[in-house]
Amino acid sequence: MLQFFPLLFSAGLLFLLTIVTGLLPFAQAPMLAGQGVLYDGIASTGAANLVTAVVLGYRGIDTLMELTILFAAAAAGSLAFSRVRRSAGLIAEPPYILDKAIGFLLPLLLVTGFYVILHGHLTPGGGFQGGVLLASAIFLPVLSRSSAQLNHEVISLIEGLAGVTFIVIGLLALYQQGAFLQPLFDHGVFGSLLSAGSLPVLYLAVGLKVGAELAGLLSTLAAEGGEDGTA
Amino acid sequence: MSDLLVFVIVMMTLVAALSALILPNFLAATAATTVVSLGVAVMFVLLQAPDVAMTEAVVGVGLSALILALGLKRLGLWQLDLKADKEDAD
Repeated sequence: MLQFFPLLFSAGLLFLLTIVTGLLPFAQAPMLAGQGVLYDGIASTGAANLVTAVVLGYRGIDTLMELTILFAAAAAGSLAFSRVRRSAGLIAEPPYILDKAIGFLLPLLLVTGFYVILHGHLTPGGGFQGGVLLASAIFLPVLSRSSAQLNHEVISLIEGLAGVTFIVIGLLALYQQGAFLQPLFDHGVFGSLLSAGSLPVLYLAVGLKVGAELAGLLSTLAAEGGEDGTA
Repeated sequence: MSDLLVFVIVMMTLVAALSALILPNFLAATAATTVVSLGVAVMFVLLQAPDVAMTEAVVGVGLSALILALGLKRLGLWQLDLKADKEDAD
């Protein structure tokens, strides 16, 4: 009987949403901001990837807030799980395949991560995606080798420097152009690696910050495991 | 061709989502959720949203599966059917 009410609630919500979406004209609104970005985005930022132009050029403060939320979440998670008794790898003795595969996977993941970050203004992808790739690359040795341990001081140094870089670029733009996080520098040749002004630098900072944060969180989660030796 | 591809991907995603619900082994259910994310990521590529697809692939397949697996480890639910094997051997 108790399960009946959530079902009723879901059905009512679904009905309501269906009615509301049926009444709304789909993608027929004026969409003035969207049209403006479509016509003007690439010319005003110099980034070939329009998503990057929006994320870093038009909505830079949004990205900064996202980084802040991620930082708060990672800090809270690390705080909740930081009762480390003994930092052990997940698996007491790594299986042969895992042990050997990591040697191939680690450089591949690092190169892919940095490629995705540095080409964020040209091709799909960017700081967040590449940062998660970097985090998984850094986490791989912790997964396999029980002796491997993440150097938390270096990680937090990288994270802090990346965050400071982002904000310093924003303040520099505030000083030079009169708006916080306004795209800086010359646009350069459209479509080349060194183009789009300050956007690649911002994305590099985002990627390093996300990667360092998530790697720290994952290694905190993985610590203290493996003491029962069942896996 | 494209319709067939979409059909196969949607069926794969649905089957993986159902198996994530009904699989008794939590580790296998975690693996099934990554298959769901993979199918959704391919759908995003077909819908011409490569940025979203890349985020879905990296976060859904990689990060959330890792966090789920580490959570299983902490809760003591990480089992690779070792117990059943031992009982069989005994």
